[in-house]
Amino acid sequence: MEILLFLSSGLFLGWSLGANDAANVFGTAVGTRMVKFRTAAIVCSVFIILGATISGAGAAHTLGKLGSVNALAGAFTVALASALTTFWMTRLKIPVSTSQAIVGAIIGWNFYSASLTDASSLTKIVITWVACPLLSAGIAVGLFILVRLFLRLTKPHLLRLDLGTRLGLLVAGAFGSYSLGANNIANVMGVFVPDNPFQDFTALGVIQVTAVQQLFFLGAVAISVGVFTYSERVMKTVGGGLARISPVPALVIVMAQSLTLFLFASESLEFWLASHGLPTFPLVPVSSSQAVVGAIIGISLFKGIGIRYRVMSEISLGWLATPVLAGVISFLMLFVMDNVFDQQVKADVRFRLDDAVVAELETRGITDPGLADFVGQDLGSAVRVMRDMRRATDLSKDDIADVLELAVTGAWELRLGEVLEDLRDMGLTAQQMDGLQAVDGIRFDHAWQFQQALATTSPHWQMRAESVTNKKWNKTLKNQLSVLLRLSRMDHRSGH
Amino acid sequence: MPLFKSSRGLETQIDEFLDTVAEGGLVFKEGVKAYLGGEAGEFEAAISRIDLLESNADKLSKGVETDLYRLSLIPEHRGDVLGLLENSDNIIDTAKTSLLQFSVEHPDIPEEFHHGFLKLADASAAAVEAVIICARAFFRDTDVISDNLYKVHHYEKEADTISDTLKRSLFDSDLELAHKIHLRYFALNVEKVSDKAEEVADRLAIYAIKRNI
Repeated sequence: MEILLFLSSGLFLGWSLGANDAANVFGTAVGTRMVKFRTAAIVCSVFIILGATISGAGAAHTLGKLGSVNALAGAFTVALASALTTFWMTRLKIPVSTSQAIVGAIIGWNFYSASLTDASSLTKIVITWVACPLLSAGIAVGLFILVRLFLRLTKPHLLRLDLGTRLGLLVAGAFGSYSLGANNIANVMGVFVPDNPFQDFTALGVIQVTAVQQLFFLGAVAISVGVFTYSERVMKTVGGGLARISPVPALVIVMAQSLTLFLFASESLEFWLASHGLPTFPLVPVSSSQAVVGAIIGISLFKGIGIRYRVMSEISLGWLATPVLAGVISFLMLFVMDNVFDQQVKADVRFRLDDAVVAELETRGITDPGLADFVGQDLGSAVRVMRDMRRATDLSKDDIADVLELAVTGAWELRLGEVLEDLRDMGLTAQQMDGLQAVDGIRFDHAWQFQQALATTSPHWQMRAESVTNKKWNKTLKNQLSVLLRLSRMDHRSGH
Repeated sequence: MPLFKSSRGLETQIDEFLDTVAEGGLVFKEGVKAYLGGEAGEFEAAISRIDLLESNADKLSKGVETDLYRLSLIPEHRGDVLGLLENSDNIIDTAKTSLLQFSVEHPDIPEEFHHGFLKLADASAAAVEAVIICARAFFRDTDVISDNLYKVHHYEKEADTISDTLKRSLFDSDLELAHKIHLRYFALNVEKVSDKAEEVADRLAIYAIKRNI
């Protein structure tokens, strides 16, 4: 029962994601009256559900961003804070990035739990505010010039152009919805995968429906309900509130947004290009909300259409406010959950610099005479260790982060018999399963020891050298390991 | 897909409508010519023909209007298209009314004024022809609109001048005042067809700008 209660904030997050993000794929179509809201909502929902259950629950499924929150009540609160922020912005009719709300809320959790915040997550947010709209605006203008040239050459009948644009908007919207579902479901439901209340079943005697698929289906339904019940508000801002858009530019905007995400955020494209010896696009953090607003502004400036600057400044303020608000709400709610409702919002993370860690640090070339003072002691919170080590050693921030990562102490023990169900959807190879057999029942004090032990069993459990072509492999492996570590953590079990 | 079919069907309907209006302009010219030439049979045939064309144009424009709303097509230009159809329909209405007046009132037009009336009907019909080219272009290639709009204005101006000359010569003649006024009324009615064509042209000039934005 408890899991269902915790799941509710994931569902609320899904709902607010649907209410806000559907505008990115169907806002211009609905705003230009080319697609009726009802039609858009139906197509959007169907494809979100397909994307979430087919691609989202695929082999490389992840815990999502909330995976870094190490206690279920904490994840519940962080999801709730993100959802509340997104809902607030949706009420104000502002398209915002749900990911940024989640990242902001996680930073709130980091503060509350005295965990370290990766500085890159902050720069990523700022880059997304600036680079993403600029890239998207440039792509939109380029695409628009091409489309205009094409129309001048082909001179389609007004009605045929109308039909083509309408179909284009529907198809682009369907694709956009599919990837919306596939990319975001992990953030909505991923963190609840290890505590999944569902069971696998076989429908009609042939179709295997996994527990993860059921969980993700539930999350996708929540997103769809958000689309149906509340997305019209933000759609109006995107589809006409910011600037008056006509149908052909509306299609160009949706295409530009998808293209921006595809070119500058797709690791699959990067992998494909690199494996064919082609130059790759630099991967930058992009968000569909920022991309769609950038595309609208780009086309409006290019065509000399008036932009409503009041709306634009509201949107910009909304972008700035989203992660900050989410962080503050998250922090306050964590305080209440922890102290009023007595829920464990963070698992105790203990850092201990034992001999094994020191030896491993040496093999990695991280040594400093100052470290000797910390050996054999139970260290305090990550933030405190960082501060103390900065003072006592000459190690860089990155090195200390590595020390901390290795020093995390707990009890990891894979009990294969208990977690077999959960492993089934992870797309593990036969060699990987053999590797798991080899470490079954062995207890480790550090997560990295568990990983190292696994790595010795098979190359399938080994990270590859960092390169564009190996990125996909390493990412999948990292996701698999993070799920595995969560399932094997013995000392946190009572917290659930 | 029904939307595909309806869209194709509408394209055909709009084309048929514009054909009908263009044909109306020609029939109008032929009708005036037949009346002046005293060819009663051909004149009555022209009246029946334009009557049929006008009622067809009505039906077609109503059909297009209904379908555009029913299928909520071209939301951006729906109002413009409906305005275009309505005003083009006014051209054929005016042409029909004008021919009917010939039939009802049997104006007695002396031979010396035949040429003026013929030229006036020619100019009006030419304005209609030019504006229909522009109207077709509105659906496909807006550049053609501006290339042809000047023709409409040219023929309308020509009709104005011819009508003015015709009216002056009417009132300079020895006809009875009532007769003069009767014929002036007919000159005005024939000229009115070119005015209606110009009204459509004026709208098209704006629609073309709107489509290019």
